[in-house]
Amino acid sequence: MSVGKTLAEKILSLKSHGEAKAGEVVIADVDLAFVQDTTGPLTIRQFKESGFEALAKPQQAIIFLDHAAPSPTQQLSNDHILLRRFAEETGCRIYEVGDGICHQLVAENFANPGDIIVGADSHTVTAGALGAFATGLGSSDVAVALALGRTWLRVPESFLIELNGVFPRGVYAKDLILYLIGQIGADGATYKALEFGGAALAQMTMLERLTIANMAVEAGAKVGLFPGDKITQGFLTEHGRGDNYQPLYPDAEANYEQVIPVNLDQLEPMLSLPHAVDNVRSVARVKGVKIQQAFIGTCTNGRLEDLAVVAEILKGKKRHPATRLLIAPASRQVLIRAMKEGYIQSLVKAGATILPPGCAACLGLHQGVLGDSEVCISTANRNFKGRMGNPEAMIYLASPATAAASAIRGEITDPREVT
Amino acid sequence: MPDLVLKGKVIKLGDNISTDDIIPGRFAHLRSNLPELAKHVLEDTAPEFASRARTLSVGEGKAVLVAGKNLGLGSSREHAPVVIKMSGIGAILAKSAARIFFRNAINQGLPVLLCDTDEIGDGDELEINVTGGKIVDLTSGVALNCNKMPPIMSAILEEGGLIPYIQKHKDFKL
Repeated sequence: MSVGKTLAEKILSLKSHGEAKAGEVVIADVDLAFVQDTTGPLTIRQFKESGFEALAKPQQAIIFLDHAAPSPTQQLSNDHILLRRFAEETGCRIYEVGDGICHQLVAENFANPGDIIVGADSHTVTAGALGAFATGLGSSDVAVALALGRTWLRVPESFLIELNGVFPRGVYAKDLILYLIGQIGADGATYKALEFGGAALAQMTMLERLTIANMAVEAGAKVGLFPGDKITQGFLTEHGRGDNYQPLYPDAEANYEQVIPVNLDQLEPMLSLPHAVDNVRSVARVKGVKIQQAFIGTCTNGRLEDLAVVAEILKGKKRHPATRLLIAPASRQVLIRAMKEGYIQSLVKAGATILPPGCAACLGLHQGVLGDSEVCISTANRNFKGRMGNPEAMIYLASPATAAASAIRGEITDPREVT
Repeated sequence: MPDLVLKGKVIKLGDNISTDDIIPGRFAHLRSNLPELAKHVLEDTAPEFASRARTLSVGEGKAVLVAGKNLGLGSSREHAPVVIKMSGIGAILAKSAARIFFRNAINQGLPVLLCDTDEIGDGDELEINVTGGKIVDLTSGVALNCNKMPPIMSAILEEGGLIPYIQKHKDFKL
């Protein structure tokens, strides 16, 4: 029996002030707790029903207005009023309509290696890219975490995902995580931590890590953890909080339930087919399917580097006349930088509709709801039946490069054919 | 405290019922109006679910939702177990459940027990000992054992959910 700790065990030991071993339940300090506008109203009601009045750590509590942004209905506008009032009453932070997606703003502004982050949103796992134990909870749990500054967590067993090699041309982090979910299955890592390691990490940018960690939950995982390393330090420094950096690695003798090696050299562009994220095929096997909409953005793939890849592919080209092209930058900062780099100009010239920073079309509330029998290629993380507002529509998940190439041809296209 | 035991008739669903199936995102504008939201429970995936659950839950009786693997995958929306409970379901059985959905259901005081649900037929009458993790299918005579949940979850369930638990204990107790 090994005595070393996984990343999950290390962080949970530190934050529970004890020895946290896989399988045990601990009560851990929470460094950041947040809600968004579709889970926040219930959180507030549960908070008040519990009899709480004050937040444990107002500066470490955040409301994000990103899912319905701007609001398409009276009811959601009223929910926004409720959330703004709560922020005023309690002194918590609030990010407004147009500021961006909660997970992107947490990565840009808050997450640090070794933090515990809980959010009333399943893609809270995104911040695992920075070495934070970040996990999604429901409204009641976040209400209690906001009030107490702590929560209970079962220490997960870990899978080590050992990454070697380099991405071939036309293959991206999104293709890797889709491939991996296809291998593990949508419930293959339920209750587990996915911990990423291997020689490939030395070259893997924070943007790539965020895309990968974001989708850990699509394999059922509780958290998707990267170590805190030089790349983490560089990202934190670039975002004005280099002092928060601490190196964070698993112990060499850590105990993993499974080790899954992946050679990046052998990957190719991948897709998730309707209606399951683990229904994964290579683009080469599916190309030619006609699409009516391409949606590029979300907490998975709406970052600056994603828009750079898309702008490069679309530069001097046009979207197919039968394919709408919707692009939503993940945050205001991403939008500003994409304007400065000229990406937005290229995208608009190519026929793209630029949506405000936020979740946009991802979850079927607004800004790109699909019609009956329509097919959308999307860079989001979910393609469940009805996800984009219509149970009769079909969603294929892909990398930004595959989505951009497909938008040009009006059908699912291997990005290596257009670059 | 006596064991929590309930009886009810089964509404059986398949594998991979997502939270988007249970309550689609397009109804997000109804999340502050739970009775209206609950009218749309599972409407794309199992359109007969709401009326069957209502018929089977009369008086003290509750219907039992029995699913296959990975029940509740997807979003963290606690509204999913909320609308299932509001529709008259007294307990959920599944081969496996996504972790946020599982935790949310317990937090809503809705028991979720994990067992081999292949043995249970649609419409069967079950006797479920939630505390002991034992199920008897009174229609077929089959007896099933369930996975134990962590003691903290049992304690939350015993109090009827996380909010009553916190109202009583003021903090988590391990």
